[in-house]
Amino acid sequence: MSTSPRNVPASLPIPLEPRLPGSYSRGVKIGPASVGRPTVVAAPSVAKVGLHDISLSYRTQAGERLQALENINLQVRAGEFVCIVGPSGCGKSTLLHLMAGLQSPTSGQVLVDGKPIQGPGTDRILIFQEHGLFPWLTVAQNVEFGMKMKGIAKPERKERVEHYLRLVHLAKFEKSYIHQLSGGMRQRVAIARALATEPDVLLMDEPFAALDAQTRDLLHDELERIWSDTGRTIIFVTHNVREAVRLGDRVMLLTFRPGRVKNEFPVDLPRPRSLEDPEVALAAREVLDELRDEINRSLEAEYKEGVKPHIEPGGEV
Amino acid sequence: MKRALRYIIFYGILLGAWALLAKLKIWPPYLFPTPWGVWDELYGGFKDHTYWIAIAVSMRRVLAGYIISVVLGMMLGLGVSSSEFLEETVGGLLVSLQSLPSICWWPLALLWFGLSQNAILFVVIMGSLLSVTLAMEDGRRQMPKIFGQAGRNLGASGFKLFWYVLLPASLPFIVSGLKQGWAFAWRSLITAEMLYMSMGLGQVLMMGRDFSNMSAVIAVMLLIIAIGYIVDGVIFKGLERHLQNKWGLAPAN
Repeated sequence: MSTSPRNVPASLPIPLEPRLPGSYSRGVKIGPASVGRPTVVAAPSVAKVGLHDISLSYRTQAGERLQALENINLQVRAGEFVCIVGPSGCGKSTLLHLMAGLQSPTSGQVLVDGKPIQGPGTDRILIFQEHGLFPWLTVAQNVEFGMKMKGIAKPERKERVEHYLRLVHLAKFEKSYIHQLSGGMRQRVAIARALATEPDVLLMDEPFAALDAQTRDLLHDELERIWSDTGRTIIFVTHNVREAVRLGDRVMLLTFRPGRVKNEFPVDLPRPRSLEDPEVALAAREVLDELRDEINRSLEAEYKEGVKPHIEPGGEV
Repeated sequence: MKRALRYIIFYGILLGAWALLAKLKIWPPYLFPTPWGVWDELYGGFKDHTYWIAIAVSMRRVLAGYIISVVLGMMLGLGVSSSEFLEETVGGLLVSLQSLPSICWWPLALLWFGLSQNAILFVVIMGSLLSVTLAMEDGRRQMPKIFGQAGRNLGASGFKLFWYVLLPASLPFIVSGLKQGWAFAWRSLITAEMLYMSMGLGQVLMMGRDFSNMSAVIAVMLLIIAIGYIVDGVIFKGLERHLQNKWGLAPAN
């Protein structure tokens, strides 16, 4: 865990930013398998995705300043599956939009492989909760879209479309339009479309929130399998703590407005996991206990303001 | 089948009433043309190619004007909707300009372009440009933001974003505006042709007037209606139905 320069190969860029205080030292270990794992997760010399002191404030319609996110620091290793949970209105979706480059933070930086991002890039693909697919295109054309924008030649596009549709078990539906598919199938198309551009990082914004329980369980299994097959880095936002513990290597808990990292829970349970595993339930319990205060604050604000304290991410198109 | 029958009955009655009134000879034929008189005009007009030529000339003019309007209008609409400042200033101006019948531009168009095709083109464009612009502006606002975000996220930007994402995403929201733009273009053209003697359906209609041939006037009116209906009811309806099928929207009627 030494950061002394002699341990870093000369060819690797040395991170310019100082080690992050706070968020790491507060990690809590949970689950029986977590024994022996260091509490402080050492970021490799360059994290796959790094958030540095991200703050974001809005001006509301009434003219008040609203601090949505405050000093968020997060280092995600390559190949890691990180889940972000928090009450509604904590800015967790906004955080993903920032990572996707669809929005800029008021202050702070988003780094990918140590370099600040320049707007959206196909190295980071965002999967939306719903409606992110293009209804005027067929399933195959949707999956092909990112590759077409990248200028990949047609034969290769076709090959990859087939490959990724098989991966999500939708090979038979390549000619269907989006409205002809069920909710679960749509999210599988979204996953295939995201994977087809071969991004290093998948950003998932409550992708299974609108699905029924059985479909969601099934997609959890599939996502876990795809993740371990492809070795992608996944940052997954959800309000469902069980889902976060079932999927993530690490669960980040955000506070309610302003969104700050409240705590971090490494999840060292063996995979494949299931939502019904007692260990998952136990671990989720711990996270939930801390989340409860934030939910109460969120509900209180909702009650006081008479409106849902929800901030829609992504101002511009 | 039932529908076709209803049409036949309705138009049969209409035609029958017209024929009956003409047969009663309450008014002289030069005031109240007869159906067979109009039929003879139509037959003769197509036979000696007058109508074919007039239709071809008018269609060419309206298509040129309409296509320019659509391209310009889409760019303008996107531009205006891209900033709050433009939307408030230019957007407001466009809305107020829309109440101006495009033929009001005719005197200026004559001064600027002379008595030429370009003057007609200008009036046609002024007729439909505003509808298309406003429709595009509105469509961009109605279109779910998520499509633009997803497009940019998947690597589309600039023209590619417009062509592959924003345009198809906004089509269901602007198709009625495009239709309205067409209707305005068509009306502006006919009006301008009635003022400017150089072929086209409007001129043929005015020729009927000059010869006090009301049968010819009605025959050309029928042609104008028929073409408007074909474009509206066949081309735009087809486009709408196509979009509804793709998007899975419920049919409008």
